[in-house]
Amino acid sequence: MKTEFEITPDLFEKVDVNLKDAETINRPSLTYWKDVWRRLRENKLAMLGFGIIVMLILLAIFAPIVSPYTYDAQSLKERNLQPNNTHWFGTDSLGRDLWTRAWYGARISLLVGFLATGIEFVIGAVYGGISGSFGGKVDNIMMRIAEVFYSIPYMLIVILMMVLLGAGLMPMIIALVITGWIGMARLVRGQVLQLKENDYVKASEALGGGMLWRLRKHLIPNTMGPILVNLTLSVPSAIFAEATLSFLGLGISAPMASWGSMANDALSGLFTGDGYQLFFPAFFISLTMFGFNVLGDGLRDALDPQLRR
Amino acid sequence: MLRYMIKRVIMGGVTIWVIITITFLIMHNIPGNPFAKEGKMTEAVYHNLMSYYNLDKPLGEQYVIYLKNLAKFDLGPSTKSKTRTVNDYIADNFPVSAKLGVTAFSFALVVGILLGIIAALKRNRWPDYICMIMAIIGVSVPNFILATLLIEIFSLRLGLVPTSGWGTVSHMILPAIAMSMMPIAHIARMMRSSMIEVLGQDYIRTAKAKGLSEGKIIRRHAVRNAIMPVVTIVGTTFANIVVGSFVVENIFRVPGLGKYFVQSITNRDYSVILGTTIFYSIILIVAYIIVDLLYILIDPRIQLTNSDKKTSFFKKKTVESKWG
Repeated sequence: MKTEFEITPDLFEKVDVNLKDAETINRPSLTYWKDVWRRLRENKLAMLGFGIIVMLILLAIFAPIVSPYTYDAQSLKERNLQPNNTHWFGTDSLGRDLWTRAWYGARISLLVGFLATGIEFVIGAVYGGISGSFGGKVDNIMMRIAEVFYSIPYMLIVILMMVLLGAGLMPMIIALVITGWIGMARLVRGQVLQLKENDYVKASEALGGGMLWRLRKHLIPNTMGPILVNLTLSVPSAIFAEATLSFLGLGISAPMASWGSMANDALSGLFTGDGYQLFFPAFFISLTMFGFNVLGDGLRDALDPQLRR
Repeated sequence: MLRYMIKRVIMGGVTIWVIITITFLIMHNIPGNPFAKEGKMTEAVYHNLMSYYNLDKPLGEQYVIYLKNLAKFDLGPSTKSKTRTVNDYIADNFPVSAKLGVTAFSFALVVGILLGIIAALKRNRWPDYICMIMAIIGVSVPNFILATLLIEIFSLRLGLVPTSGWGTVSHMILPAIAMSMMPIAHIARMMRSSMIEVLGQDYIRTAKAKGLSEGKIIRRHAVRNAIMPVVTIVGTTFANIVVGSFVVENIFRVPGLGKYFVQSITNRDYSVILGTTIFYSIILIVAYIIVDLLYILIDPRIQLTNSDKKTSFFKKKTVESKWG
């Protein structure tokens, strides 16, 4: 069979291939965190939560500085004033300005939340990371110990620690950290167990990276997503625990204020018609819890690999 | 299966022992002496008191004595009350707490699961939004605030129920609601996401294809499978309610163990704190074990080992509340 179709070289034309062009990036590259941020921004509820948190932090920092009153100055002439022009949130039964106290209390509540969560993260990441990296017997023993502590009711330990250490800000944080780190340790350990078999971790090991190096450079950064969700949801539970303890009179001691202790102080006012005193701390506790919870949920959805497109 | 059960029970025993030891050590290392305040006491009375509470003996010996008494379910005398022992406190006040707690617990389970089912069936329509808004509020509003709010509205304004106290059913309504709100929120969210997942499964489509009615599919196939993950948080719910009772019983002046526990802390009644903590821990740990075993019994597919290694972080839709 003869071909009527002759293949000649001139049929072939060199496509104008410019290697440089192929390399240029037309769209901005999206890193993992940029992608997460993009997806988080689409979640209106989460952004509302984020906005609330930022606003609360800013007010907690600046409101007490700008205010003409101090959190502990009593003015017996101005007791139980309803909210007005000079005292925006009114005054309490000792004549203390509630606007100043509310934002001073915000400092304490947020400080407890962030600090306790931060320390929990460090301890939990190190403990869980070491446990997961070693694996085997070490892991088994370390996790058994953690498990025993994990099944001890959280609040009982916190209350006991407050009894032992006395009321105050530092005892509160210590008490919260003592039980709080375990959840983080379990999370990090689980993730490390999954990740440590990956090639890039093996490569790092082969190149001489020590265990702590691998943890710091490879394992923890790659676990950051779940960790971040956990942290965001830990802050409100620390604030919640602080508020509950202070409400029971086991937390922050007078004249310092936190939202929980303010709510406790205001409780008697409820029956004498001074309900506004309770309203502000109650409202801000709830607002904070709301903000962190919806932000945490949003982050979880933004980070969820199954929901990624 | 049996091996797992035995292991679980042993672990529970170890945990209880650790709690007893830690609590004991904490209570005996608090600076100051429980009798130091009563200054007018003569030397002889003081020594008698110290020996009555075994405080004059070395710590190790005190510990052994305490453990021995504990084995006989004797939690010792109260440090502050001259007439009531720790056992009296528990015997008198725990039934009140238990009654309230069980009411709140059942209420939380029923309402939480129902809300979750409704939200899942009416997904992205107004019933769903209402349920989820309620869930967010339930998580955001602490129980002590909810409790005061309930008193303000239903007792002071509307006068429907008494503000505080104990005795009749109407006394129980508000505290039970205040205690169960947060668990309801957790359960409803868990139930909703689990229900949505189940409704997308093939066997639901099969059931539809063979002509089962909507109600039957939901009852027989969807709910039964969706309820499994909810069982895992029942233990936490239980712990939530116990801790909630500390606060709520105080606000509503319910003479339950939670109220006396908090009172013993403010009074520094060390032996009551010690005894009550141990009592609560044992109850909670036994509850956790029962829940774990129950879960295996109702779902044979459960893998007993390395459970937290296999489940993805994102699979757990509800945060493990640290509230336990």
